[in-house]
Amino acid sequence: MTDEPLVLGIETSCDETGVGIVRGHTLLADTVASSVEEHARFGGVVPEVASRAHLEAMVPTIERAAETAGIALSDVDAIAVTSGPGLAGALLVGVASAKALAIGLGKPIYGVNHLAAHVAVDQLEHGPLPEPCLAMLVSGGHSSLLEVTDVTVGVEPMGSTIDDAAGEAFDKVARLLGLPFPGGPHIDKAARSGNSVAIDFPRGLTSRRDLERHRFDFSFSGLKTAVARWVEAQQRDGVTIDVSDVAASFQEAVCDVLTRKAIDAATSRGIEDILIGGGVAANSRLRAMAEERAAAQGIRVRVPRPGLCTDNGAMVAALGAELVARGRTPSLLDLPADSSQPITTVVA
Amino acid sequence: MLLALDTATPLVTVALHDGERVVVEHSSDQPMKHGEHLAPLIARALDEAGIVRQDLTAIAVGVGPGPFTGLRVGIVTARTLGFVLEIPVYGVCSLDVLAVQVVESAAPEGGFLVATDARRKEVYLASYDADGRRLEGPVVTRPAEVATDAPVAGAGPLLYPDHFPQAIPPERPSAGWLAHAVSGELVELLDPEPLYLRRPDAVAGAPRKPVS
Ligand SMILES: [Zn+2]
Repeated sequence: MTDEPLVLGIETSCDETGVGIVRGHTLLADTVASSVEEHARFGGVVPEVASRAHLEAMVPTIERAAETAGIALSDVDAIAVTSGPGLAGALLVGVASAKALAIGLGKPIYGVNHLAAHVAVDQLEHGPLPEPCLAMLVSGGHSSLLEVTDVTVGVEPMGSTIDDAAGEAFDKVARLLGLPFPGGPHIDKAARSGNSVAIDFPRGLTSRRDLERHRFDFSFSGLKTAVARWVEAQQRDGVTIDVSDVAASFQEAVCDVLTRKAIDAATSRGIEDILIGGGVAANSRLRAMAEERAAAQGIRVRVPRPGLCTDNGAMVAALGAELVARGRTPSLLDLPADSSQPITTVVA
Repeated sequence: MLLALDTATPLVTVALHDGERVVVEHSSDQPMKHGEHLAPLIARALDEAGIVRQDLTAIAVGVGPGPFTGLRVGIVTARTLGFVLEIPVYGVCSLDVLAVQVVESAAPEGGFLVATDARRKEVYLASYDADGRRLEGPVVTRPAEVATDAPVAGAGPLLYPDHFPQAIPPERPSAGWLAHAVSGELVELLDPEPLYLRRPDAVAGAPRKPVS
């Protein structure tokens, strides 16, 4: 097989129907249909609404991606699809469509891990992954620290959230502050004019005792509760709340813990490269703080551009292309969608 | 060669029809495995018929009503295959397929109904005349509200014998009969859109007072 395989990747683990096409490390198309607006009024993703939207968007999104890439589908070397983790019903739509493509085109199929795909996508922007690297994946669904020695074989989890995901905390706090869903970009924007040391919000799992058991784990539910209590107290006292100060102080607390633990995890293993992915990686403060703190430790930071950080098909195609290039065995046609696929399983 | 498939019940069923007869037909042997079983069954059917994918000329898919997750597996498979092979995809109400089988095999004297499991103590239901023409439905409803002594096909009468005492075969749609019905122009052809009949379960979050 070629060094630069042409791979189509499908992603439907949450509310984005993504189809990406890559040739080796070159991105040819990254087409996304999002149902986020349908979920906005519910304040979170509704699985059945997402699944229905995936079904309607699936074939048109494949068609648009092929057009954008300027390729004939019959030329692809393999199909890759997120087989998990994610919403079961949503994953199934993408997996079934990918299998139909595999049958219809007579090509192999790779059912891949969504988190490993978040790591692999950076190759489209910055070239071959430094291996080993420490990956920090932060989004509405995940908050993980992973040691990546070979993204096509195995990814070792070092730590993860014990309650809410980082992006979930952003959504919940945004809601408390009357900001729209999804909360991340709105908090980021509001925080820009705020004072990040105005309120001293708690840093979860950073006390000496917590560090013994949860050195690389995160907890954001206490932080969310602290913000809620603070807002309620101000309202009770009839004090006008400065939304930008709350947003900035909250964001500072999240970014402080994330970057501190990521750098600690990297240095504990002698790793010199940190890769940040997932929707929260688009947060401007997180990027700036990570770069500043890592530089002080002689650690390099790689963050793909925001469009590649959020869920998309290109990341799945990028991982698929790497699997093909490294000669990994494809999945079988009875490949299941596994809503809790472990990060240690890169190909299902 | 027509490929027919239905995923509107707990079991997946796949068949190939050459214009004259059903060439192969397979069903999954375990319930609720639509995602795992459908693609291998299609591949196996092509293999056993000794044909390649380019020999397919059309696809017929049961569009339910039926449990949503499984239903979508069948429909997205049919749509995607139809798209890459550039062949038409026809949707057929899955209850109509049962009705065709009733009329051609048992020929009841009067009208009859088809009721399948809609879960949550409800059934998907449609009524037919003696020639298998759909009169009413499909709807989703509680068995008690539509209790009848008329003959009823599908899994409904097996689940709710008190409300549907006269059960007639078949219990579930077969892709072979789906293929036969489409090939013989015995059913109404629909777009390959799922017949959900229910809105998604979703509750809008309690509105928050904006803080300013
Ligand atoms: Zn993700």
